Amino acid sequence: MGGKVVTITSGKGGVGKTTATANLGISLANLGKKVVVIDADIGLRNLDVIMGLENRIVYDLVDIVEGRAKLRQAMIKHKKFEQLFLIPAAQTRDKMAVSPKDMVELTDKLREDHDYVIIDSPAGIERGFRNALEPADEVLIVTNPEVSAVRDADRIIGLIEAADKGPGRLIINRLKTEMVNKGEMLSAEDVFDILSLEIIGIIPEDEFVLSASNSGVPVSLNEGSRAGMAFANVARRVTGEDVPFMDLEENPGFFKRLMRFLDGR
Amino acid sequence: MQDELIAIKGVKDGLLISLSPTENWQSVTDHLAARIDARADFFAGAAITIELGTRPVPKYELSSLKALLERRGLSLSLVLSESDTTRESALALDLKTDSNKRSAATEKQETLPVDPEETGTGGVLVRRTLRSGRIVHSKGHVVVFGDVNPGAQVIAAGDVIVWGKLRGTVHAGADGDESAVVCALEMSPSQLRIAGYIVTSPAGKRRHVAPEVALIRDNQIVVEARR
Repeated sequence: MGGKVVTITSGKGGVGKTTATANLGISLANLGKKVVVIDADIGLRNLDVIMGLENRIVYDLVDIVEGRAKLRQAMIKHKKFEQLFLIPAAQTRDKMAVSPKDMVELTDKLREDHDYVIIDSPAGIERGFRNALEPADEVLIVTNPEVSAVRDADRIIGLIEAADKGPGRLIINRLKTEMVNKGEMLSAEDVFDILSLEIIGIIPEDEFVLSASNSGVPVSLNEGSRAGMAFANVARRVTGEDVPFMDLEENPGFFKRLMRFLDGR
Repeated sequence: MQDELIAIKGVKDGLLISLSPTENWQSVTDHLAARIDARADFFAGAAITIELGTRPVPKYELSSLKALLERRGLSLSLVLSESDTTRESALALDLKTDSNKRSAATEKQETLPVDPEETGTGGVLVRRTLRSGRIVHSKGHVVVFGDVNPGAQVIAAGDVIVWGKLRGTVHAGADGDESAVVCALEMSPSQLRIAGYIVTSPAGKRRHVAPEVALIRDNQIVVEARR
């Protein structure tokens, strides 16, 4: 059956689905995989901007589904990775322009000659989410360590299970270790305690992410970024590699490092 | 004749429609639609309880049945079934569901409180975690083998037993039975009701977690460790 379809969803908006999709796509391509990322957020497209491919769009997802464009015509090749493609969402239509069945047909074609098809789901639990869920082989749920995002993630996990697409794996995005230590933010353990779902990635809060999104160069291309590294680790785990979780302690500071050094660590 | 396919009778809170568990699903539902259309005024606005017997009804079929009723202005308020598949389908559609035995019992003795000794098995067993947005509703007891997460709800005329963490909203003795209890391995519901009483969990994390029981004593809900 060829490649694997991975859907990235969250329930709540603004938790980092699109950022996660872009970075997962880039990181998988960086591992030498053939990858297509699909923006299923019809009417509110973003993935093209974050990947820096906005000005290359001619055809989009709805054009393919409605037969105005051939599949190949709507696939935009990434500037840096020859084997990474984007299928952008239509900006002028709404979610009803595409059906879950359309998405299954589309991804079945893409599976044939790609290793991974990654779908960026829109927020919500309606048609757009259903479109993104239907073709999925694996679902990654993005959440933030805050109560409302976790509540929505829980709801979405229930829907994923009901659709027999479960159990899915969890990406905890924008974790601030400092705040967790002060008891001001949920820890990864707290999130796991409620959702009881395997965690595939913990992404630390990182200011590089915002500047990267604005400049269209996803953060995983920035080797100095901790969030970028964390996303790269998620990609490796998606391929089945066993990657240990990185130490999330934020910049220990010179003094602390010195102490560790003196401690013989 | 139609009567072999479906039977309709009035019950306390609406209409009970029993669908033959053996006849072809399509013809049963077609007949049902025809019966409703033929006497629209009789059915108008009624809350419908559907009894499906032993037939395993997949989610999409139950969903189309629900739509069939809704198109005619009727609400499907309860699904009675002896099949786990059907009850799973009903839960997946956020429909209230129950086993048949309980319905027969409650029908005959509408005014009597649920008596766990006499009716024995009346209740629903949910063998998974109830996540946010999920509602389980039963005329009997509810046992959840899993957690009840924040945003999920359990409403039972009888007792509620959670073999896991109770963090959602729970209502035991929902028809007014003040002898109903709620048990959980970890008792931190966002809201707990027994009959007409309501309490919320104290704010903050609890250091000590142990199985507890909530019950009404001296006109208030008390929560205590199980001895």
